[in-house]
Amino acid sequence: MGKKITIEPVTRVEGHGKVTIHLDNDNNFERSRLHIVEFRGFEKFIQGRPYWEAPVTVQRLCGICPVSHHLAAAKAMDVIVGAGTGDGLTPTGEKMRRLMHYGQVFQSHVLHFFHLASPDLLFGIDGDPAIRNVIGIAKMHKDLAVQAVMMRKYGQEIIKVTAGKKIHGTGAIPGGINKHLSLKEKMSLLDGKDPMNADKMIEWSLGGLEFFKNFHKANKDLIDNFAAFPSKHLSLVRKDGALDLYHGVIRAIDADGKKILNDVDSQDYLEHIAEEVKSWSYMKFPYLRKYGPKDGWYRVGPLSRMNTAEFIPSPLAQKEFEIFKAYTNGKPNHSSMHYHWARLIEILHCAEMMKDLLNDPDLMEGELVTKGTKSYEGVGLLEAPRGTLFHHYRINKDDQITMANLIVSTTNNNMPMNLAVESATKQFISGQDKITEGMLNAVEVSIRAYDPCLSCATHAIGKLPLQVKLYDSKNNLIDKRTKD
Amino acid sequence: MEKKQKILFYGYGNIGRQDDGVGVVFSEQLSKWVEDNNLQNIDFDSNYQLNIEDAENIKNYDIVFFVDASTKESVNNFDISSIEPNSDVSFTMHAVSPGFILNICSEIGEHQPKSFLVQIKGYEWEFQQPLTAKTENNLQKTLIFFKKYLKKLLIEKKIEEIDLKSLLKIKND
Repeated sequence: MGKKITIEPVTRVEGHGKVTIHLDNDNNFERSRLHIVEFRGFEKFIQGRPYWEAPVTVQRLCGICPVSHHLAAAKAMDVIVGAGTGDGLTPTGEKMRRLMHYGQVFQSHVLHFFHLASPDLLFGIDGDPAIRNVIGIAKMHKDLAVQAVMMRKYGQEIIKVTAGKKIHGTGAIPGGINKHLSLKEKMSLLDGKDPMNADKMIEWSLGGLEFFKNFHKANKDLIDNFAAFPSKHLSLVRKDGALDLYHGVIRAIDADGKKILNDVDSQDYLEHIAEEVKSWSYMKFPYLRKYGPKDGWYRVGPLSRMNTAEFIPSPLAQKEFEIFKAYTNGKPNHSSMHYHWARLIEILHCAEMMKDLLNDPDLMEGELVTKGTKSYEGVGLLEAPRGTLFHHYRINKDDQITMANLIVSTTNNNMPMNLAVESATKQFISGQDKITEGMLNAVEVSIRAYDPCLSCATHAIGKLPLQVKLYDSKNNLIDKRTKD
Repeated sequence: MEKKQKILFYGYGNIGRQDDGVGVVFSEQLSKWVEDNNLQNIDFDSNYQLNIEDAENIKNYDIVFFVDASTKESVNNFDISSIEPNSDVSFTMHAVSPGFILNICSEIGEHQPKSFLVQIKGYEWEFQQPLTAKTENNLQKTLIFFKKYLKKLLIEKKIEEIDLKSLLKIKND
């Protein structure tokens, strides 16, 4: 008797999706899909609004990564006000924005690794679901939980002093930034009371990496082979090939590491990237035009950034980058679970960059805004925690937005997440007579590695219980399980 | 260790989505009133949503009021209830509950502030501002209640005796 299994929603990811798995009469894999069941409407909503509102308004998309949208919209508006594309800002404008961005990536990555992903590592993919969560971490690994909470708090404080406030920050404005960093703000974060200081954040970031590397040593098969598959990778890189989370040119490589999108200007993204719509998901499927929808899909995010970048411009993270690259002999790394490793290297990079910037006098003085000749179209790209984020706007002569196109980081990973689900299903479920909670969690782990923000990708809110449903080949419901 | 403050009001919600942001607006408006009246030991915070690091923040307080918008039919204008620590681990950090935050605080902060959930009835949740007129009305009723309650508390200096029974008694008077 054939079976259809539904996992809805996928847990410990940001937002709501469901997975359906079809098995044949012998319980072997037939097909699987990650469905995104929320509807997007934000691109329509923002039409008619004045362009200068966009950096603040777009933050309404998501309570998890508002800063990424704030900065991507601001970068697009820089182009519209004639301030250039990323490197046209004043030193103060660019560095304050960078500090804000590093704070955001730092706290987002910390939340994902320590609170969402680490329970699977510490308690096992098939561990007791009653403790395989952040409460379990707090109970049984208290030091780790405390560190993670304080690292989150530090990142949030960085955001607060650069964006102006925690909610609907106003720091980034078209052409620059609206404030300097005060001496008090600088000292509270650079040399604050233990543990709220830059050196402690670096120390703990190194500790997080050691934790992962030790786990990796003891669990090589899981970390290296779980949901691993070859793919193209895409990200921004600095013009000299360095990892750059705030600004750069678009680079894509194929599965062997050959450059296939060779450092393209962000303003020209539409010449190279298109999106396909499928009837079973509200989330689009981006692809590289020259390879078409079937073969043009690619991965984004921390793993891809490690694959496309040639070096990391901060010393401790560079040392870790070299270890990471050596592990695959310099070839692209395609292991989904190595997203976690890459994420931890980026946490360290952000910690180093935050310290450097807090020591930079440009943040405390200097011109805030650049002005230039206005244009009617602008594109803003940055490397958000989950991957490359595209904001594209057109305005009319009355300064109203007439078109908005957003390709959110998670959307770029749509096809890879579907393939990760397929891979995990084949590995854990296919051919099994009995489907356990641990097997279903394995499917979720494969998605969770990508840290998807599904609300963000579809721009909606909502809440659902988790339901797992088994159907026979005639679509009769034969079993059901619900997670509250 | 940092000296404990007495009371924290924590409003949360998305002010860009109409009535969803009423908790944040409540926090802002009561904060201004507290400042104008020079009342001590009452702090305010707000955010889009509850975050795990809030567990670290609330450990410095004896009493915490979480203030949120509510879609519940049972909520008439506004409602107050006690919060107990729970292990209701949400499937997404978009929807962390106050009981979850209290649980984390209890585990890592080794302190459990007396906590209450203030739910203010909302009606519309689109990408718009400001609050709807009906929710604005509910907000003002909630503010009147808390102004009255805080004044009484501070005059009588019985902050330690705050409990759900005393809150509901004043609400229903």
